[in-house]
Amino acid sequence: MNATNDARFEPVVGRYLQLNLLGNPHRLYVEEAGEGVPLLCLHTAGADSRQYRAVMNDGEISSRFRVIAFDMPWHGKSSPPAGWQNYEYRLTSKDYIDMVLTVSDALGLERPVVMGCSIGGRIVLHLALDHPERFRALIGLQSGAHADPYYDLQWLNRPDVHGGEVCSGIVSGLIGPSAPETDRWETLWHYAQGGPGVFQGDLYFYTVDGDVRDKVAEIDTRRCPLYLLTGEYDYSCTPDDTRELAHRIQGAQATIMDGMGHFPMSEDPEGFLSHLRPVLADIEQEP
Amino acid sequence: MIQQVLERLPELANGDAWLTHRGRFLHVTFMLAVGEEHFLIRIREGRVESVDRGPFVMPQWTFALRASAQDWRTFRDPSPPPGFHDLVAMMKFKRLQLDGDPYPFMTHIRYFKDLLGRLRAGVAS
Repeated sequence: MNATNDARFEPVVGRYLQLNLLGNPHRLYVEEAGEGVPLLCLHTAGADSRQYRAVMNDGEISSRFRVIAFDMPWHGKSSPPAGWQNYEYRLTSKDYIDMVLTVSDALGLERPVVMGCSIGGRIVLHLALDHPERFRALIGLQSGAHADPYYDLQWLNRPDVHGGEVCSGIVSGLIGPSAPETDRWETLWHYAQGGPGVFQGDLYFYTVDGDVRDKVAEIDTRRCPLYLLTGEYDYSCTPDDTRELAHRIQGAQATIMDGMGHFPMSEDPEGFLSHLRPVLADIEQEP
Repeated sequence: MIQQVLERLPELANGDAWLTHRGRFLHVTFMLAVGEEHFLIRIREGRVESVDRGPFVMPQWTFALRASAQDWRTFRDPSPPPGFHDLVAMMKFKRLQLDGDPYPFMTHIRYFKDLLGRLRAGVAS
């Protein structure tokens, strides 16, 4: 490569995975970096795997973990299923669980660690309940058992409103005030790029179908350790929501991250990594 | 006092060419309520044309944003605590109420967040 302008490739490799998912052929975009314990990362609603760019680029983590992130169908560089033009996308708990298990199997991952944020932080609770034996550990970022909508979600998907403007505008305050400007706006750009109705469709899981309040106390962290990391400024999944979870789930370990918001890995990568590293070190001690 | 800063809103906003550009399709009059005190803010092509202080007889507006004087004061803190740092955060915790037709607000949500962010103490004009 040309050394005069400091051009360089990151150690992140992206590929397309063709697989049958939820009963249909799919083409998913998958990125990964590193070698070691598989660490499967799940992005937030209405965004994509670029949120994990700093985890993938961290040499210390990638020397011990195989960090993998995929764009969910409809998101990022993954395609929606054939026929998408004829119906409205809606994420359900069942489909989301199937997706994580199917992708994990397709990639040949053995007892991966799964780390998810927001909707991803919710689905790890479902995975902890239904499939603890499949995972070495689970990490919920901005994880709560339920979220009530605080604005009319129809605004996210109206032909007379620019989806990119409204989706990025509505979530902008979820980023903590101390986030570096470049990472703040990178995070919001991902929201500005979502397809019509995708963010709203994800929030069906987040606000309706994925409500797991009645069950979280049944999570057995002896079967699969559960770590919870939540940003102080998040008003979607608040620190109190996470504390409530930690209170109800025996053995769950919760950390509130000062100054951060709803997208810690993307909005403030360095700050987030300082909280993630001890968790990963802990997980490495797990059998 | 937010009341005094509000009256300076035209100069705080109209000197920001990127803000007014992003509001170039926006024409609206909205009500800002600071407790019982009311202000009508008129925006034309992204520029704040006027800020009128009540009381009003039969005011006309498209949407209203209402919060207590104390909550606006906390919102204006240069380092606001969680829940006061963003208009939507204020709505989530029921400190800010949006009445009327939300269409101009929602279609220009970043514009309004930035516009009212200019009321923050210490924000340069």
